[in-house]
Amino acid sequence: MVQAVAVKKFFIVFRETLRGSNKYYAWLAFLSFLILLGLSAYIDQLNRGLISTAMRDQVSWGMYISNFTFLVGVAAAAVYLIIPAYVYKFKPIKEVALFGELLAITAITMCILFIMVDMGQPFRVWHILPVMGAMNFPSSLLAWDVLVLNGYLTLNIIIVFYVLYRISHGKDYLPSIWPLIILSIPMAVSIHTVTAFLYNGLPARPFWNASIVAPRFIASAFCSGPALMLIIFQIIRKIWKLDIENRAIFKIAELVAYAMAINLFLLGAEVFKEFYSGTIHVYPIKYLYFGLHGHANLVPWIWAATVLNIIAFILLLLPKTRENFLTLNMGCAFLIIGVYIEKGMGLVIPGFVPDTLGEIYEYIPTMQEMVVTVGIWAAGALMYTLLLKATIPIYTGKVKF
Amino acid sequence: MSKIRSNPSGVKLDRRTFLKGAALGLAGTALPLDKTDASFWEAFFQKHFREMNDDEKKKVIQRLEKEYEQKYKKAIHIGSEKPMPGVLFGYGLDLSRCIGCRRCVYACVKENNQSIDPQVHWITVLRFKKGEKWIDLEESEKYYNPQNVPEPGYFYMPVQCQQCENPPCVRACPTQATWKEPDGIIVIDYNWCIGCRYCMAACPYGARRFNWGEPKRPAEEINPNTHYLGNRPRYKGVVEKCTFCVQRTRNGRYPACVEICPVGARKFGNLLDPQSEIRYAIEHKRVFRLKEDLNTNPKFYYFFAYGR
Ligand code: SF4
Ligand code: SF4
Repeated sequence: MVQAVAVKKFFIVFRETLRGSNKYYAWLAFLSFLILLGLSAYIDQLNRGLISTAMRDQVSWGMYISNFTFLVGVAAAAVYLIIPAYVYKFKPIKEVALFGELLAITAITMCILFIMVDMGQPFRVWHILPVMGAMNFPSSLLAWDVLVLNGYLTLNIIIVFYVLYRISHGKDYLPSIWPLIILSIPMAVSIHTVTAFLYNGLPARPFWNASIVAPRFIASAFCSGPALMLIIFQIIRKIWKLDIENRAIFKIAELVAYAMAINLFLLGAEVFKEFYSGTIHVYPIKYLYFGLHGHANLVPWIWAATVLNIIAFILLLLPKTRENFLTLNMGCAFLIIGVYIEKGMGLVIPGFVPDTLGEIYEYIPTMQEMVVTVGIWAAGALMYTLLLKATIPIYTGKVKF
Repeated sequence: MSKIRSNPSGVKLDRRTFLKGAALGLAGTALPLDKTDASFWEAFFQKHFREMNDDEKKKVIQRLEKEYEQKYKKAIHIGSEKPMPGVLFGYGLDLSRCIGCRRCVYACVKENNQSIDPQVHWITVLRFKKGEKWIDLEESEKYYNPQNVPEPGYFYMPVQCQQCENPPCVRACPTQATWKEPDGIIVIDYNWCIGCRYCMAACPYGARRFNWGEPKRPAEEINPNTHYLGNRPRYKGVVEKCTFCVQRTRNGRYPACVEICPVGARKFGNLLDPQSEIRYAIEHKRVFRLKEDLNTNPKFYYFFAYGR
């Protein structure tokens, strides 16, 4: 009996995801098309091996791991909304933290997909598990990352489910879920720290082996995630006519500006140390910002990122531009692009250039890599859309049990 | 100074080939669903090499030998010789003798069944201009290609896996697919490696190679005397590297590169044996190890002024 009721409820919710306007169906079809394209490119990669990418022994990680790194940052968005929402009982944000948590679930799922497509032997993925496989814990930081990412994913799923369950029964959810929500704060910080340590702990790569990497990870994650949320909130508000207060949006934007200030300061500290001391370890950052021996593929990108970040910072800092939706959205978009470059390829590639034997191999992703990447982003967008479709009716009280 | 630092294996894929490939892929050749025979699942569930007992090892090796025979149409022996007690292998390379001829590189390819296409080399010989800053390796040239070696005004430094006593690659590997054996050799279980390449990011000596594509080597060029942890044919999507020719050295032979070197620049032996050649060299010559500041403690010693 209990199961039957549960199944029925599931179908009620599921039905919601199937209903929509023509625009909604077009959106789903568009995403599905991109996913299929990405999938076919991935199958081709499985056949031929990772030789279909531009990665080689010199630069052994590329676009996939860059996207992974950026998305770990996005997964923090939830926490950035939770802290003020629950700890300071700032009402307008509290209502929207739920959508941040859904974003975290989506982002982590995308992270896992990006790791999977980067693996040379994806069918052996179970080797990394404890007990069943031979997880190298606590020695390997990648083993740590598997643990914290999956832990964070599980935690967010539990919280979201519980909150929705309580709302759908018209009950208050806060008191009982409180400890888990508190726990998710250090968990979110830990997924960043561990992912940063993954790079940080490699003395072979001086560009990553700097203690500033972890703090910069957290600072930039606290920019990109919430900035993405701000844009999503406005879309949700428009489509579902949800009541998300302007006050909440402006408040988050203000916090993003502060995080960006810290990020820019840490960047300055890094640039000073590397260039002023001018040891042989300056080569990667020189390659990144100015090019090395005529190789300068990343230079225009990183300067674009730097300029976008600074403009975004100013737009979000000044109350006048922050509280104007045009400039606010410009700021958010600039910041997302800026951090995507800086914390993606801008972080991963210079770690390998020059390589440990001094060779310069310039990495430019192949068409195939880009199609797979777009496919995963489309899968993420589809997942988030469906999650919103299923949960918003519960959230607004349209679906009640 | 003009330097050629081009990438020899750069890939460019035009859109048509790509779309064609994608379409073919979709036709379903990729997923191993058609491989329904039992050995596929046996291979899938194969245990970590160190967790198998001798019986299980024997079974696995039998299966692999059969697979290789089907693939290369010739018998390939897979040994599983254990480390000898009281042995810790060490390697010496005399920079003042090396002439940069790359004979070691090719002897290694031949002995260790490296892929011809895509080309895999375990040894990298770096060329440096005499009298220039060189210790950061930044000024080195990997793709030098003169008529004759040695070239006046240059010297050469071969680099391969340094068999670190404190190996960052082993620490990094999330699945324990790579580890240090009691005789000091760092090995990889090619049937356990998931191909995440974290070890490649961690290795400070550029020693590890990834099989970006299906390794190809003509059957007649396959060396049939192999070791499970050494030179048996590898797979697409796994990492490989120098093992001090574990298939030879555990049977009392020299590594192939030591044997081939025309100028005797390469020395090899047991670091725990005070009478060994390698110990003599370390004690009597001026010795250094690469990137000692990283504390990896390589068992690969570079000498100069050998023979005095
Ligand atoms: S040289 Fe590289 S691959 Fe060899 S043991 Fe040291 S870290 Fe590992
Ligand atoms: S590529 Fe293989 S050997 Fe290297 S870290 Fe990953 S699983 Fe371990």
